[in-house]
Amino acid sequence: MTWTDQLDSCSCVLLRLGERRFALAADQVAELAAPSRVFRFAHKTPGIDGVILRRGRVVPVCDIAEQLTGRKLTHRRFYLIASRRQQDGADWVALPVSGECELIQSDLTPASPSDSPHVSAWLSHQGEVIEVLNLYALTPGSPAPANVRSAKPALPEVHA
Amino acid sequence: MRVATSQKSHPVRTEQIILFRASNQIFAISSASVQEVRSVDSLAGAAVEVSEATLAKVRHVIQRGDRNLYVVNAPLHFGLRPTPAALIFLLRKSRVALLVDGIEKMTTMSRLQALPGAFCHEERAWYRGLTVLDQNVIPVVNPSGFLTPDELALLDAVTSHKNLPQASGVTQPEFTV
Repeated sequence: MTWTDQLDSCSCVLLRLGERRFALAADQVAELAAPSRVFRFAHKTPGIDGVILRRGRVVPVCDIAEQLTGRKLTHRRFYLIASRRQQDGADWVALPVSGECELIQSDLTPASPSDSPHVSAWLSHQGEVIEVLNLYALTPGSPAPANVRSAKPALPEVHA
Repeated sequence: MRVATSQKSHPVRTEQIILFRASNQIFAISSASVQEVRSVDSLAGAAVEVSEATLAKVRHVIQRGDRNLYVVNAPLHFGLRPTPAALIFLLRKSRVALLVDGIEKMTTMSRLQALPGAFCHEERAWYRGLTVLDQNVIPVVNPSGFLTPDELALLDAVTSHKNLPQASGVTQPEFTV
């Protein structure tokens, strides 16, 4: 069985940002990469540290830790390369994470209207309730809000 | 009879570029979009000061023929710390002259990557894209992104009453591209 055979609508990747864990829909994750040189050039978009080169592509580095935990990551162990569906194809972003990532399968509970925009769903794993992140709400240059809702991961049947 | 092979090797399309420094950062610009490179000193007598508070990156204008060329300070345009400029690029088919710190080198690029979608502010107008040279990522500037038509109209209005000296032939250019 290959890694992709295991994926289904409730496959998620757990990632660590400082002391907290979050999840991202597995179909949005391209790979986990070791830290590499960050190239910086003049720009005005907040939230982008620079770019890395990955398989010949230029991938912007978006540190989402400050938005989620209130502080920037001081130690970057890996880059989680995530893909965002755009009108003209897929777009990659590199998310610095501070620990190992883990592929899990879990039942998701949809986010409620009162949840923050960055939460697309919730999951429970080893007694911990974890936010499934809405990448489009956390990274710059995302599609218009009308399209963001449809970009959230497909949710399986809800289990109470 | 020997049949000519149908497999043609597609030559790699390359573009000659100038790598230049502005505030200690490296940028690239297509050589085709630079008409002349001059030292700042060579245009000192021909440049007239412009004072438009909303456009701090433009401080001088040069008259060439019947056109005004507006001198854009590259570091200020890119939001960087201003540094002493040594060279000025006169852009081809443009009313912009660009103040830069210096030229790093001339080279060729074979691939221009689109600016990733995450970059969503002014840089989308600043750059044509990114290129990778010697394992470095270099932004390739958009020559038409230095001044918008509205900014040019504003500068034209500000300078309309000024009597500008002609700049052509003041001294020999450093080189023409």
